[in-house]
Amino acid sequence: METFLGIDYPTLWYLVVGLLFSGYAILEGFDYGAGAWHLFFKKDLSRRIAINAIGPIWDANQVWLIIGGGALFAGFPVMYATMLSAMYIPFMLFLVLLVLRSSAIKFRSAEEMLWWRKTWDIIYFVSNTLIAFLLGVVLGNVLQGFEIGPNFSYQGGIFFSFLSPYAIMVGFTTLSIFMTQGAIFLLLKTEGRLHARLTFLLKKGMIFFIVSFSITSLYTLIFIPGVVDNFKETPAFFILPILAFLAVANIPRLISKKKYAYALIFSSLTMAFLLMLVAFQLYPVLLPSTIDPNYSVTIYNAASSQKSLGIMLTIVLIGSPLLAGYFIFLYKTFYGKVKLDDTSY
Amino acid sequence: MDTEILARIQFAFTIAFHYIYPPLSIGIGLIMVIMEGLYLKTGDKEYEVLTRFWLKIFAITFGIGVATGIIMEFEFGTNWAVYSKYVGDIFGSALAAEGLFAFGLESTFLGILIFGWNRVSPKVHFISTIGVFFGSMFSAVWIVVANSWQQTPAGYHIVGDGLSARAEVTDFWAMVFNPSSVDRIIHTWQGAFLAGAFLVLSVHAYYIRKGRYVELSKKAFKIALIVATIVSFSQLLSGHSSADGVAKNQPAKLAAMEGHYEKSSPAGLYLLGWVDNEKQKVTGLGLPGGLSFLVHQDFEAPITGLNAFSEKDRPSQVNAVFQFYHIMISIGMFLIALTFYASFLWWRGKLFETKWLMWIFSFSVILPQIANQAGWFAAEMGRQPWIVYGHLRTSEGFSQEVSANQIVFSLVLFTVVYTLLLFLFLYSLNKKIKHGPYDEAKNALEII
Repeated sequence: METFLGIDYPTLWYLVVGLLFSGYAILEGFDYGAGAWHLFFKKDLSRRIAINAIGPIWDANQVWLIIGGGALFAGFPVMYATMLSAMYIPFMLFLVLLVLRSSAIKFRSAEEMLWWRKTWDIIYFVSNTLIAFLLGVVLGNVLQGFEIGPNFSYQGGIFFSFLSPYAIMVGFTTLSIFMTQGAIFLLLKTEGRLHARLTFLLKKGMIFFIVSFSITSLYTLIFIPGVVDNFKETPAFFILPILAFLAVANIPRLISKKKYAYALIFSSLTMAFLLMLVAFQLYPVLLPSTIDPNYSVTIYNAASSQKSLGIMLTIVLIGSPLLAGYFIFLYKTFYGKVKLDDTSY
Repeated sequence: MDTEILARIQFAFTIAFHYIYPPLSIGIGLIMVIMEGLYLKTGDKEYEVLTRFWLKIFAITFGIGVATGIIMEFEFGTNWAVYSKYVGDIFGSALAAEGLFAFGLESTFLGILIFGWNRVSPKVHFISTIGVFFGSMFSAVWIVVANSWQQTPAGYHIVGDGLSARAEVTDFWAMVFNPSSVDRIIHTWQGAFLAGAFLVLSVHAYYIRKGRYVELSKKAFKIALIVATIVSFSQLLSGHSSADGVAKNQPAKLAAMEGHYEKSSPAGLYLLGWVDNEKQKVTGLGLPGGLSFLVHQDFEAPITGLNAFSEKDRPSQVNAVFQFYHIMISIGMFLIALTFYASFLWWRGKLFETKWLMWIFSFSVILPQIANQAGWFAAEMGRQPWIVYGHLRTSEGFSQEVSANQIVFSLVLFTVVYTLLLFLFLYSLNKKIKHGPYDEAKNALEII
């Protein structure tokens, strides 16, 4: 098997996909999170500012989902096909909600009528909340494992089996961390009374996160077998949960010092550490089979050919500095508090 | 209905709906680049007004294009799992390149384009416009490459068999430049330019008829007319080259396009007609030996007909392929006549006084849209029964795990949401047109 810097290609691609989904979770995390607070703001102006806080950047942030999905398809087609066809209903809901959400952003402020704006506000709030929740539900299902038989055939339930108690718990945890992230992002972009209100809401969000995260972690340790196997082998990785904890603990301190940009970095780090935790816990499995571990989808049996992975790694090496450049330029251009003008939503 | 048919209906519905928008944004993008370039070059404020006006329309079409495009990206996995595993190794790298090189470019610079007027210099704004336009062009490249590979696979070998069989890439550039890629990319791009140019022509013809923003509209109309005249003609050449490729690489598709059944005989070229698949007969008006002449420059040269293939290896919906193909051609010809006549009147200085022509232009926006859809339907239905030409059948490609009920559920969802989306699109397009290019810009300030 071909290697680069001593790491085999499927593992490298696993890192690429992991990085892309982490980027998606962090960036769209604050977009979806901001949206999940939407109905907590009472004034029309506040809601407009909240939407325009993500206005110029959410399209770019969404690129991470598109590249992440493409990377999964490209590098691990078996994983892409098995997961999406098995999780048909949640993914279809997710996709339709994404469409509704982007329509809400674009059309909400296009009319002055009260009913129009109220309807879009509800659609915006519900779609953001459910998208965050569903992403967590899918992650919960992956952690728990699918009923996969020989030849990666899915043998599990069809309509509502994705809503297992554990998946729901992970769903709430994801929603809570996105809401924390979203509230911090909005603190960075707003001023005045909306800002004061957000400081209050952020506290609720963090409590929501800490409670749901604790319950989910306990449940994972007790009821999901084999979760700590990888950690027993390499105890050094116990540093990840500790780092995640420290990053969370640092947020209130930074908020009280009004260092919102740093607070956003630390809540992003929390997400990054937690996702690394998940990635490390699964590796080299992508999708555990609950029928027989031999049927599991792994980075080796799901991967594209060495040749194809080599080409794609080259594409990533050329493309990512470009993308990084675009992003830095975009974020620099729109740094600072929201100012509504005639181009705003 | 069975899963396969439902999966096909859902894919056709979602892709056809998606395909309204990206061509419009590519086409409007080109016109916007020209308008903003003229503004920077001449300093004429009217070009800036035009750029800002079309940017607003661009933003809506682009947004709906992205939203409906994400659905396509994941629908391969949800509904076509076997196909996804089969082509992932090949399709994947094209998709990854699309995301990183094209989509990343267009989506990041879009923010600057729409919201950055007051934050960056005019030059940087112009560069962003070019960036978004190029990004959308590259997007089309990679997607059409992937689709062309399904039509004319190259640069690959098949590994494994049965359910675990899949195509693996052996030569990346041969895969990218497979026999039909270049022709189809150019044909698709030009279709997109026409879609955008005719929207601009329609809107400004409407203003000219109504006597609103007349001088401004004449400027925009001229830009779009030049693009439309050049492209509608070069589209004919690219279509011819594309059909030559189909004759060589997908003879069954070409035969279906003209309803040619006999194994090997000279084939006619129809202007219009109706195919009876049972009797294997075309009733219509055409030029005998015309297809033979176009392909071989000889009216007597034999063309491979549908009967050269066994029933299970050739398209079954021959009449549909025939009709879609001929609708595209007829519209293409009409657009050439229309734009050349308009250009002639412009040269004689009578263009904007010819009221009936402005009427036709006001409604002409629908024509490239129909031609684009019809062309794709002909290309994709002509590819049947194969999902990967000669290798994997459509009936083998769908997700075995997904039940018919699930697809009915998602199909209903898509129908509801897309109907809403189409309504919103037309509503806000209409509103922006009625409102006009000059922005009062009071509303935003009042709300603050």
